[in-house]
Amino acid sequence: MPRFVELWIYLSATPLFGLTATLVVYLLANAAYTRVGGAPWANPVLWSVVVLASGLLLTHVDYQTYFAGAQFIHFLLGPAVVALAWPLWQRRAELRARFGRLVLASLLGGAAAGGSAVALGWAMGLPHDVVLSLAPKSVTAPVAMGIAEKIGGIPALSAVFAVLTGMIGALSGKYLFDALRISTDPQGYAARGFGLGTAAHGIGAARALHVDADAGAYAGLALGMQVVLAALLMPLVFKLF
Amino acid sequence: MNGLRGMAWLLVFQSIGEVLSRGLSLPLPGPVLGMMLMLAGLRFEVVRTPVAECAGFLLTHLSLLFVPVGVGVMTHLALLGQYGGRMLVIIALSTWIGLAVTALVLYWPDRKREA
Repeated sequence: MPRFVELWIYLSATPLFGLTATLVVYLLANAAYTRVGGAPWANPVLWSVVVLASGLLLTHVDYQTYFAGAQFIHFLLGPAVVALAWPLWQRRAELRARFGRLVLASLLGGAAAGGSAVALGWAMGLPHDVVLSLAPKSVTAPVAMGIAEKIGGIPALSAVFAVLTGMIGALSGKYLFDALRISTDPQGYAARGFGLGTAAHGIGAARALHVDADAGAYAGLALGMQVVLAALLMPLVFKLF
Repeated sequence: MNGLRGMAWLLVFQSIGEVLSRGLSLPLPGPVLGMMLMLAGLRFEVVRTPVAECAGFLLTHLSLLFVPVGVGVMTHLALLGQYGGRMLVIIALSTWIGLAVTALVLYWPDRKREA
């Protein structure tokens, strides 16, 4: 069927393909996620990535061709970071009242996540540039790429690490918080949400938002604070070493 | 119409952020500076109403925006084949450490005060 092959070659090379595939696969993954009652293992980002990446590998479409279309979605990460000002602004009274503690939690949590990743990577003998790419993994992907570039890591790898981090956080956060006996009242949800936003950025925040409105708001707050603190401090810390 | 206006505001603030970041070679990325400026901009009704609508839409679909980067994992298959197991262990452990430290710093002091 040469006609079909011709059509496929045309379709897979136009930006329309990457954009459509991303949106359709994500919507299907999201529908499945809702169908199983929002179980953590059914995370829509995880399954979209698995389906799209294996589909591209099977059909021999390279990532650049796919990204020519998918970049229109990717582009929205920039305005989405700016949009984080909205949850921060909505919670400005709480932010002012608990400012010290929130900054402390954000700093210690971010340092613990990034520091332990670098220490473990170094101890397990990963190459130097891979270890550096691990440092900004708990910051949202577009900002993580910027930080990786500044400290000598591989931006594309940092972005993948960030997405993996977000998925692991979204998948396992609930069980970890239950094991730590953090309650499921507003106070507990604030801590759970803030933890997810700090250590698992946007993907963790999306999960928090799905579970509880308070948790989601705190996750948005944490995500915004982590972005500012990490972008400011991480390049400084790595300059010292 | 408000959603579209909100998008325009977000892009305007991001652009100002990019110009400042590059022009003054500041350590903060453009979108981050844009977010900080937006925090001040939200004081004004003309900015707030449309941005609230657009931000609500963007942030509820935030996880979709990570899919294109995530698919990029396929370009690092060789690296993953060689170090994949170790990378996964490192990412999982460090994520749990980060989650636990953050949540407990916020949670413990309140609980102690009540007990």
